[in-house]
Amino acid sequence: MSTLDELYRQVILDHYRSPRRRGTLSGPHVHAEGLNPSCGDEFSIDVRVEDGVIVDVAIQGQGCSISQSSGSMMAEAIVGKTVDEARELTEAFKRMMGITEGDDPLDPDRPGAVLGDLEALQGVRKFPVRIKCADLPWTTLTDALDRAAS
Amino acid sequence: MNDLRHLRGDFPILSREVHGHPLIYLDSAATTQKPVQVLDAVDRYYRTLNANVHRSAHTLSAEATEAYEGARAKVARFVNASSPDEVVFARGATTALNHIAYGWGLNRLSEGDRVLLTVMEHHANIVPWQLVARHTGIELVYLTLDDRYEVDLGGLDGLVDERVKVVAFSGMSNVTGTLAPVQALVDAARSVGALVVVDAAQLVPHAPVDVQSIDADFLVFSGHKMLAPTGIGALWGKPERLEEMEPTEGGGEMIADVGLYESRWAPPPQKFEAGTPPIAQAIGLGAAVDYLSAIGMEAVAEHERAIVGYALERLDEIPDLTVYGPGDHERRGGAVSFSLADIHAHDIATILDQHGIAVRAGHHCAKPLMRHLRVPATARASFYVYNTRSDVDRLVDGLLDARSVFGLGN
Repeated sequence: MSTLDELYRQVILDHYRSPRRRGTLSGPHVHAEGLNPSCGDEFSIDVRVEDGVIVDVAIQGQGCSISQSSGSMMAEAIVGKTVDEARELTEAFKRMMGITEGDDPLDPDRPGAVLGDLEALQGVRKFPVRIKCADLPWTTLTDALDRAAS
Repeated sequence: MNDLRHLRGDFPILSREVHGHPLIYLDSAATTQKPVQVLDAVDRYYRTLNANVHRSAHTLSAEATEAYEGARAKVARFVNASSPDEVVFARGATTALNHIAYGWGLNRLSEGDRVLLTVMEHHANIVPWQLVARHTGIELVYLTLDDRYEVDLGGLDGLVDERVKVVAFSGMSNVTGTLAPVQALVDAARSVGALVVVDAAQLVPHAPVDVQSIDADFLVFSGHKMLAPTGIGALWGKPERLEEMEPTEGGGEMIADVGLYESRWAPPPQKFEAGTPPIAQAIGLGAAVDYLSAIGMEAVAEHERAIVGYALERLDEIPDLTVYGPGDHERRGGAVSFSLADIHAHDIATILDQHGIAVRAGHHCAKPLMRHLRVPATARASFYVYNTRSDVDRLVDGLLDARSVFGLGN
């Protein structure tokens, strides 16, 4: 697979063109915003947590295919998870991207088992300039979960 | 067509490869590559001439001073200043604009005074005025662009009155390539006795500039955008304006006498050059002026017009590609900003980078302009003396590949 194909997999383009869970939440929720000033990617998230479970998520934003698809995949992945599970997912994602040290979380025998669609983003590791694009939604999510906890 | 292809051999970096492809550098609006003549001049200074300038009685210092002041004289001649004393060396156009806003504006503008700008300004010609506004209560007002990306002179009637004390504008947009209607803006400023400031950062490198015929009060430009090192640029000013301007940096070199509580300034230009100057960089700028003068600025401009014309023609072949800028290559500069289908500028740049092509993506330090254009970001290809028609062909190939990567047909 060419390097660009690795970066721009179908899954990513699909999430970029048809992002899941776009919108805002009414009713009680926490809101967090993130921005990559150097490139202008924007991302925001509304999260409703009840009894430690993420019961609803809505996202907004504009930016490159990597940041927006990462956000869309993330939103899909965390609905119905507990806050702890969402934080673990965040950790696994950051290890996959090489943002934090640690074992590669992916299981080569079971593609998609650990991080689902998000595993399509592993190609971003070959494009260091773009890692912060993929990370933007996750940093924003962490901010939202921290606010929910306080 | 005037072909400067033979120049490419002067630029060592153009032999580089990126991701296995020859580098195709289309980001000169961000910074330009350097010819060996400039590199050698800087190197020679450090190897044979290096000493502090102005103050010493030894040979090396005298030679360094001669080289530094010689560079100033070259820059002065390059823009047809009446004297080298009208050229202040600064770190670049941004620093120079801050000198003007703080050194001239802070003391001479007061509450209710207005500074007229355009929406196509680079942040360097917006933010310093905003900073001064905090201290003085001045207001900023803006001319907009029309739907052909030209400065809308219709706005002058409503905006230019005796409250306007400064008219400051970019000679050439780093985003759209728009050329400012210099004469009309200068005339409008003079009609109300306003100061004229020209941000010529994209203009001086790309076209002949004559400060006598423009009749601005201040004009600024940056060395690294015209084949010279980073860290050097120039602030040209009319002598009367340089007299009026206060220094924004104090220290050695810019004084005639220093007491415990008060000091007297040296005359311009030294008045605005505190501390040891960027001597090597200034000498590099002098060498860049020599290099460009040898080509001739008319030839530089003609070469660029031809390349941009070819680029606009070829870009027109690409479906769903929008160029944000004037369509007439005879009346615009070398910055070509564009969008392509729903592909984000960032992704365009990444795909082009894989082909060895360097373009810029983002807001190009012109967020108000982006909002006016109603786009969050654009991709920008910008051309200079070392670019060729073949570079344009590679750009088009890369953009067609971007379409293909994003699942769009050709």
